[in-house]
Amino acid sequence: MQSKVSNNRLAAILSDGFLGLYFIFALFPLLWMVLVSLKSGEELFTTQFVFTPTLENYQAILFGDPRAAAGVVARQEFPRFFMNSLIVSSGAVILSLLVGVPAAYALARYRFRGKEDLAFTFLSFRFAPELVVIIPLSVLYRQLGLYDTYWGIIWVYQLVTLPLLIWVLRSYFEDVSPDIEQAAMIDGYPWWRIFWSILLPLVRPGLAAAALLAFVFAWNNFIFALVLGGSNVQTVTVSALGYISSAQAFFNRMAAASVLASIPQIVLALSIQRYLIRGLSFGAVKG
Amino acid sequence: MEENIRPPFAVRARPWFIALPALLVLIGILYPFLTAIYYSMTAYALNRPGSVDTFVGLRNYVRMFTSEDFLYSTYITFAYALLATGIELTLGLIVAMLLNRDSRLAKIFTPTLIFPMIIPPVIGTLVWKMMMQPSVGILNPMLNAVGLPSLQWAAAPETALFSVLLVDIWMFTPFVALILLAGLRSFPSAPFEAARVDGASFWFTFRNLTLPMLSPFIIIVVVFRLMDSLKMFDIIFAMTEGGPGNTLMTYQLTAYRTSIQFQRLAQGLPYAILLYIIIYITSMYLIKAWGRAQRRAAGY
Repeated sequence: MQSKVSNNRLAAILSDGFLGLYFIFALFPLLWMVLVSLKSGEELFTTQFVFTPTLENYQAILFGDPRAAAGVVARQEFPRFFMNSLIVSSGAVILSLLVGVPAAYALARYRFRGKEDLAFTFLSFRFAPELVVIIPLSVLYRQLGLYDTYWGIIWVYQLVTLPLLIWVLRSYFEDVSPDIEQAAMIDGYPWWRIFWSILLPLVRPGLAAAALLAFVFAWNNFIFALVLGGSNVQTVTVSALGYISSAQAFFNRMAAASVLASIPQIVLALSIQRYLIRGLSFGAVKG
Repeated sequence: MEENIRPPFAVRARPWFIALPALLVLIGILYPFLTAIYYSMTAYALNRPGSVDTFVGLRNYVRMFTSEDFLYSTYITFAYALLATGIELTLGLIVAMLLNRDSRLAKIFTPTLIFPMIIPPVIGTLVWKMMMQPSVGILNPMLNAVGLPSLQWAAAPETALFSVLLVDIWMFTPFVALILLAGLRSFPSAPFEAARVDGASFWFTFRNLTLPMLSPFIIIVVVFRLMDSLKMFDIIFAMTEGGPGNTLMTYQLTAYRTSIQFQRLAQGLPYAILLYIIIYITSMYLIKAWGRAQRRAAGY
């Protein structure tokens, strides 16, 4: 018995040890990103962990660089990129909610021919290589005047947000027992009243979580705004590349921009933790 | 009799009517998709006006299949996808099982698991690119500290694939671990207790209970990870734009470089369309397998 107990303890210690190593691997890059964002230009190259923290990088990207020499790009446009990301991501989620909530309801509650094919077509947006759609869109958008506009980006972001919302919401709608609706139907309520006043309040937490997760994925997107957007709608993800692709690399500025672009994501994700598994798996895992 | 009680058209059309707004968006996405197929059979180049009217049939496809870079592009697309999916599945399963224990460390760590995968992939990649950077980076000093030589990471053809895979594994292993952890936690405890009482070894329980019950979850994870890594763009683009040379020119990167950067729109499209076909067939197959695994795990 004695040896079995100590064997178990050894297994627990080894397990925790491996877990600890994994989490150093997982979290160190993020910690390092924060550290670099607090370094001055000089200490960036001379020190690793011991340095005098400064907020000058944040100041520079938010309000402009007071010490920028002539000819050096003072990258104070970050607030504008941030607003662009906010506008296109929120816009995409709102449009997806307007068209996706009814569709999810129809897919969850009605039996009709072609239903599964329709559901899979929406899902296939999620898995299709984006370039199949955005290469032709880059031509179409220029013809329609949608290139480098908020509407153009919001429209193409439906590839990201709509399948997520439809599939996750469908699974939440399916969780609600049809008996409730049938009782209301017998009482003579029209289908849209039942949907609006009975079903929707029941799935509201799931709906909010799915919308926030769709926002996260829209915010994280890179390729759509890279190809279909120019300077007017440049998002934080596209602009982040600019800090180190120019002749002079501003690593610490880029780290500060990275921190600011990541904080909303982490806050949102933590706030919907309970619903995250179902959202990430498109309703397949009920978590 | 069935025919007689067929509901009126208004009732039968109702789901389509409710889904109508989403169908309009669908058309707005499918239309460019169909244009892509048409464009891929023309000589369309953005810098040559009028070239869109020159129909060339399958010439762009023939050109792709006979191009000397095609085989390599195929190899790198699949090497990236299969290695990323395989390693993430293995590591994610280990992490999920370690987190599914009564351990204080596991409780502290679990909420932070989402951090690497919830920040924008481009941002995560740029942070790794900084860590690999020769002047400000931290990875080479770390290697040197344990007596290993410095690496050139993504700048050298030999280590470029390893470098982008490292970022992919860092970013998406948490996704695998989270889904599999949810699977492990959904299991009934009775069969596991029975196995323990009978003195079954860890491996026996793992092979005969855990893995079969986990299989629907594993398939879901493979669907997401395999499809996403086959079409991975963000990590490779932010790290090297497909370089050095053509080291990381997957189908996606080739399509982007040819159609967008070089403006030879029609020539890049076959790569994107071929990738679409591969992904479509694989995902259909995997989703069918998921349905079967779910029924099997439920005991039907």
